[in-house]
Amino acid sequence: MEAFAKAEKLDFRYSDDDRLVLSGLDISFEEGEFTAVLGHNGCGKSTLAKHMNAILLPSGGAVYIDGIDTKDEDKIFDIRQKVGMVFQNPDNQIVASIVEEDVAFALENLGVEPSEIRRRVDEALKAVNMYEYRNHAPHQLSGGQKQRVAIAGIIAMRPKCIVMDEPTAMLDPVGRKEVMATVKRLNEEYGITIILITHYMEEAAKCRRVIVMDKGKILLDDTPSEVFSQVELMKSVGLDVPQVTELVYELNKSGLKLDTHIITEEECADALIELLS
Amino acid sequence: MIKDITLGQYFPGNSVVHRMDARFKLVITMLFIVMLFIGSNTIALEVGFVFTAMAYLCSSIPVKLIAKSMKPILPILALTTILNLFMITSGMPLFQWKFIAITDEAVETSVFMIVRILLLIAGTSLLTYTTSPVALTDAIERLLSPLKRFKLPVSELAMMMTIALRFIPTLIEETDKIMSAQKARGADMDGGKLKDKVKAVIPIIIPLFVSAVRRAGELATAMECRCYRGGEGRTRMRQLKSGAADYVSLAITVFFLAAVIFINAID
Ligand SMILES: Nc1ncnc2c1ncn2[C@@H]1O[C@H](COP(=O)(O)OP(=O)(O)O)[C@@H](O)[C@H]1O
Ligand SMILES: [Mg+2]
Repeated sequence: MEAFAKAEKLDFRYSDDDRLVLSGLDISFEEGEFTAVLGHNGCGKSTLAKHMNAILLPSGGAVYIDGIDTKDEDKIFDIRQKVGMVFQNPDNQIVASIVEEDVAFALENLGVEPSEIRRRVDEALKAVNMYEYRNHAPHQLSGGQKQRVAIAGIIAMRPKCIVMDEPTAMLDPVGRKEVMATVKRLNEEYGITIILITHYMEEAAKCRRVIVMDKGKILLDDTPSEVFSQVELMKSVGLDVPQVTELVYELNKSGLKLDTHIITEEECADALIELLS
Repeated sequence: MIKDITLGQYFPGNSVVHRMDARFKLVITMLFIVMLFIGSNTIALEVGFVFTAMAYLCSSIPVKLIAKSMKPILPILALTTILNLFMITSGMPLFQWKFIAITDEAVETSVFMIVRILLLIAGTSLLTYTTSPVALTDAIERLLSPLKRFKLPVSELAMMMTIALRFIPTLIEETDKIMSAQKARGADMDGGKLKDKVKAVIPIIIPLFVSAVRRAGELATAMECRCYRGGEGRTRMRQLKSGAADYVSLAITVFFLAAVIFINAID
């Protein structure tokens, strides 16, 4: 099967005399995948994200979305409709002063019929459980609620893929949970491909695939248990591992022989019980 | 305290006034302003008062809110009153102390001005209280759309207004935060001479400005991601629709305006 989104030998620099921020990056995403992207600050995660919907265009190589080259200017709005983007600060993504008006923004830009906009806005708000807040002003909402409104504004376009650039970084634990539950449901129920940039290792551990970036390149691309079992490599690029993995790593260092692929608390508890009995 | 500013805020509701066409509300508000400014005597002002009261009764906006919206303009009000009291020297002196005199005409004019300003704020606030900012900017866009022929970017101006209104509460909140942060570091915000006060404002304005610029950049990217490409080909979820209530209200307004003009003429 042809990958939904694909970057081939992607090079990128912000200005001509600048260094390469992304260099020779190859990556592809299948439809319906849920992928986490990890990497130290400044390694180029956000830059890569902005290539997925033609906000940035490659300096070298190419990016294809659903078979369309992002350099194709005539198709730029097709691409942006297929790949939505959610950013860190929910306040800076909300355009209108009423929730439902904001969710309608993208559809209005796309020139959709008013009655159809109404239908899709209601649908999108229900999908993120924010329907009863449709007449609220953004500043009356909590961070997690605002971020869900921002997500609704994207799914109203009916995208095939959503790229999220640290969507939970500015939220409190409750907001983080709400947003993650919403994202998970969008992936499972609506089959939306999710690319989640995060620096919460616990969030990454729940994804099916984890990509680790370093200095504009892909360092690792594997299942979470494979990625997090390489504790030393992760630490060498300035990243943490989930607490459970860390615990197993430390225990093994002091002589125990636990499976290094353990990433959930249950697995860890089971392994420890077995060891102790 | 800075959070008390209700100007430009919208309070969702389902009253007759809420449901009116924003274009009509905008035109009616302008006629109302004209009504207040040409009204040159007490009776004319009373007509303006009755009109405002009627509008509020139909809008189910609590009276408490009106009082709240007056708060930020109290200093301006006090200033005009003082100026009027001391600068107007015609008429009978009611009070005399050395070279300061307050005449009956000065008192009359002051009261007149206070009522006029209060009515002005109350009336125009009602527009923003009962109209969603999107509907309001939509209405402005539609009313100004004939100017598109002269290459005026009407849709883009309307979008700018929408965003400005959207970010007022956000920036107010941020100002509050910065002020607290600076106070926590020992900044003295309220005391001192004018020079010190100006100095105290700088550490608030600069971070606020820097953050506003950063927000603007991020917002622009987010808008691009949602396929924004200017006003061309844009549709609207909410269509502005005018109905009987709109025409009746407009007729009533015109009638009140005519009454004020008539009262002026016979005065
Ligand atoms: N608009 C820009 N202009 C110039 N350089 C930039 C710009 N945005 C990011 N960079 C640089 O590109 C590199 C990668 O940034 P970014 O993609 O934001 O990293 P990440 O999201 O992984 O933290 C950083 O070194 C950063 O300084
Ligand atoms: Mg980033």
